[in-house]
Formats: sequence, C-alpha cells, structure tokens
Amino acid sequence: MNNVIAIMKRELYGYFSTPVAYVFIVVFLFLTGIFTFYLGAFYERAQADLEPFFRFHPWLYLFLIPAIAMRLWSEERKSGTIELLMTLPISIGEAVCGKFLAAWCFTGIAIVLTFPIWITVNYLGNPDNTVIFASYLGSFLMAGGFLAIGSCISAITKSQVIAFVISVVICFLFVLSGFPLVLDFFQGWAPPVIVDAVASFSFLTHFDSIKKGVIDLRDLIYFGVLIVFWLYANVIVIDSRKAS
Amino acid sequence: MTGENHSVAVEVKSLDKQFGNIHAVRDVSFSVKHGEVLGFLGPNGAGKSTTMKMITGFLEPTAGTVIVNGHDVTIDPIKVKSSIGYLPEGAPSYGEMTVLSFLRFIAEIRGFSGSEMDERISSVVAKINLEAVLGQTIETLSKGFKRRVGMAQTIIHDPDVLIMDEPTDGLDPNQKHEVRSLIKEMAEKKAIIISTHILEEVDAICSRAIIITSGQLLFDGTPSELRSKSEKNDIDDAFRIITTEHYQKQGEVAHS
Repeated sequence: MNNVIAIMKRELYGYFSTPVAYVFIVVFLFLTGIFTFYLGAFYERAQADLEPFFRFHPWLYLFLIPAIAMRLWSEERKSGTIELLMTLPISIGEAVCGKFLAAWCFTGIAIVLTFPIWITVNYLGNPDNTVIFASYLGSFLMAGGFLAIGSCISAITKSQVIAFVISVVICFLFVLSGFPLVLDFFQGWAPPVIVDAVASFSFLTHFDSIKKGVIDLRDLIYFGVLIVFWLYANVIVIDSRKAS
Repeated sequence: MTGENHSVAVEVKSLDKQFGNIHAVRDVSFSVKHGEVLGFLGPNGAGKSTTMKMITGFLEPTAGTVIVNGHDVTIDPIKVKSSIGYLPEGAPSYGEMTVLSFLRFIAEIRGFSGSEMDERISSVVAKINLEAVLGQTIETLSKGFKRRVGMAQTIIHDPDVLIMDEPTDGLDPNQKHEVRSLIKEMAEKKAIIISTHILEEVDAICSRAIIITSGQLLFDGTPSELRSKSEKNDIDDAFRIITTEHYQKQGEVAHS
C-alpha cells in the first residue's frame, strides 16, 4: 500500500510540475462551461438542474481523458525510466494502481473545480441536490473507466500520439456501444444475448441512469468491473514486455 | 543477513535470452562474491546490458536462473530487487522532479520514512556532492550531475549488490575519477558488477573481469590473467585477441 501511495504521489507531482495539469484543468472548465451554457441551453431551459452540464461529460472525456492517460506508461517507456521503476522493489500491480489512482485523483480535482456551477444553480433555483451529487459520482466513475482504458493502451506503445488515438477509438466504442452505430454491426449475425451484452457495455446507458439520481448497484459494479478489467490487462501488458 | 564477506552474492546460471530471432545471451554462467568488483566487458551489442537487465529482474530470461543472496529473481523478484542497487544505462530519472524530491521518492519506495529517510538522503547527498543542486529539477542538470543523481539513487538503501551499466560513459576525466573512487570505496563489503568499454578501468577498480561477445562468455578471470593473454602484456591487446578470435571462428563456421 505504501508503494502505491509513493507512486501515486510521484505521478501527481509529475502532472503538477509540468503545464499538463493546468492546461487540462483550464480547458476542461472552459469546455464544460461552453457546452453547458450554449449547447445545453442552461438558461433557456429555465430548469433548476445540471442535466445540460452532465450531458456532455462523456463527450468531453472521450478526448480529454485519453490525453491525461497517454503519458502514464508511454513516457516511461520513451525516457527509459520504466527500467528504473520496474527494478525498484514494487510489484507491477502496485505501479499500475499507483499511476491509475494519481490520474483518477487528478481528474477528480478537475471535476471538483466545476463547483461554481453547482453553487450557481442553487442560487438560481431549488435543484434536487441528491441528483446532482449522484451525477458527480457517476461522472467521476465514468472518468475512471476512460482512464483505465487509456492507461492500459499507453502501456502498449512508446508513442503518446498512438496511445491517444487508439484510446479515443476504444473509448468511443464503449461510449456508443448502446447505439445503432455499434449494435447494427452485431445485429445481423450475433444471437440476441450478445447484442444485449454489447448494448449493456455502453458508458452512456450507465451514466444516464446514475445521472437521473438513481444510484443502482449494477451501474456501480459495471464501472468497478470495467476499471478492474482494464487495469488487470494493463498489468498483463507490462508483464509480457518483460519476456519479449 | 548475508553481509558476510566473500560469500556468493550473485549467481548467474546458464542464462539465455532470445528476442525473436536474435539470440542475445547464450548460456552465460558466472558468480560474484561479496568484496568483488566484476568488470563486465564486451563489444557493443554483445549482450552486457541484456544480462544486467535479467539479473535485476527487468527482463525475464528465456532459460536459466539468477540467484541473488539466495533468492531466485524469477520466483521472488521483490526480494532480489530490494537487495540490488541498479544504475541502468544512461542513468534515467524523472526529469521534471527536483533532485531532492526524486531521492525522497526512491527512499520511500525503498521503505524509509521519517528521520531515517532524511538521514539516508543527507548521507548520500554528502557522499556524492549533490548539495548544490538539491532544489534543481533534474532535466536542467549537466550530464555529470544527472549521472551523480543516478548513482545516489543506486546506493541510497546501502544495497548489498551494486549493478551499474556503464557508470562512467560520457563523463569527463575528473568525473570518471570520482565515480571510480566511489566504487572502490564501496567495494569492500558489496558485490559490484560494472559494465564498461574503458579497459583501463578494469585495471583500476576491478578484481575480476569477464568478457562476452555475441552473447557468449569468452573469458572469466583476474585482470592480470586477462593481460597475460597478450604477448605485450597489454589489456587492450588481450581484449582484441579474445574478441576477434571469436569472430574469426564464427566466420570459419559460417564458411565451412
């Protein structure tokens, strides 16, 4: 556990000692603002909720989260520090968890910094704050899912650009797996069980239900399993590099 | 503990490594005792770094084993890694960190905390003369200082076994001298493996030398034994004789 915390601290240090952290936070806050007020028509709807704010989170994450995750392992490979890290007395699992938790923590900070909008909506009306809280939780969990995918992909390649592009594509499939675009591909030949299974992978479906204020155990389990699965794959990718 | 002088610290048994079609290390065996400084010699691409990466647990051997202080690196990598201090080639470190925060990170992973950690860091900083740059980020340092930071990282936990991949490569003569005296200083109690291209270094600090070429172990003996392979009693000459002889033999096999 101490090792996980040590890795996590170092990784957070890495974010905040370079412009990455600040650029990301500013861009994230700026884009959430634009989406909420212009595309989401926050004022025009005249409803005291944050639905137009949370609605765009999956789409923002689709591009922003792979940008955070791409450096996790690619950079270590490129600069050779992976040799230093992996010859320290830590397990691969500890390294993977420490890095993931740092990135998740960082995303959490960015999400928390959107609090003025929560204050604003409370100032303007009487929103259901439990729904808003649930939505924040859902958004954070979903960010974790995106990050776990991005972390695993960044372990595959030295190039951050490749890691970014592949992560975006995989995340895109996960976001849209409940939509005809993906489902049509399976519908023709796969049995209904598989089609349903694929549909149930969708980030959007699970996020939508949490966003309505219903924290269903199944949605929590979904994101939990998704994160564990991709981090486990991450460990396997790194371990297999030892043998090659 | 295994700090006893002259006991075997590192035992490499029939180590083999294949990367696809490339047979990088072929059936290499040797051992290093406490109190020994082993010079690891060989032309570029001979498999020196690969062998070191397998000893330190960064790469998995295709066949063979490495035992460090009684622990097998493939079975108990964490135990092995805790007793080794490893300086990878080029001394990679996290450039965005300051020297102090980098050393604190390493010390933390090595299991130190509180005042013990501070003591460790200040002793290693004093030993390697890093006081002047403690607050600087590593990427702004000169090559010599970067290498020193790498050395500090390597010895911060006072490891029993030191493995350094070309520790003096690219340093100026004064810096080389410093690194060598540091290694000499530590040689008494530790088992040390260094790889190098500088043959005078073998005479200066090593108590034993091995030569590998194309992944094969060609020589294992003391520096004076190595020198006696040459008629001129010259270590460079001996190195050339051993390595080129090998290439010639290979050439003959290829032609016949």
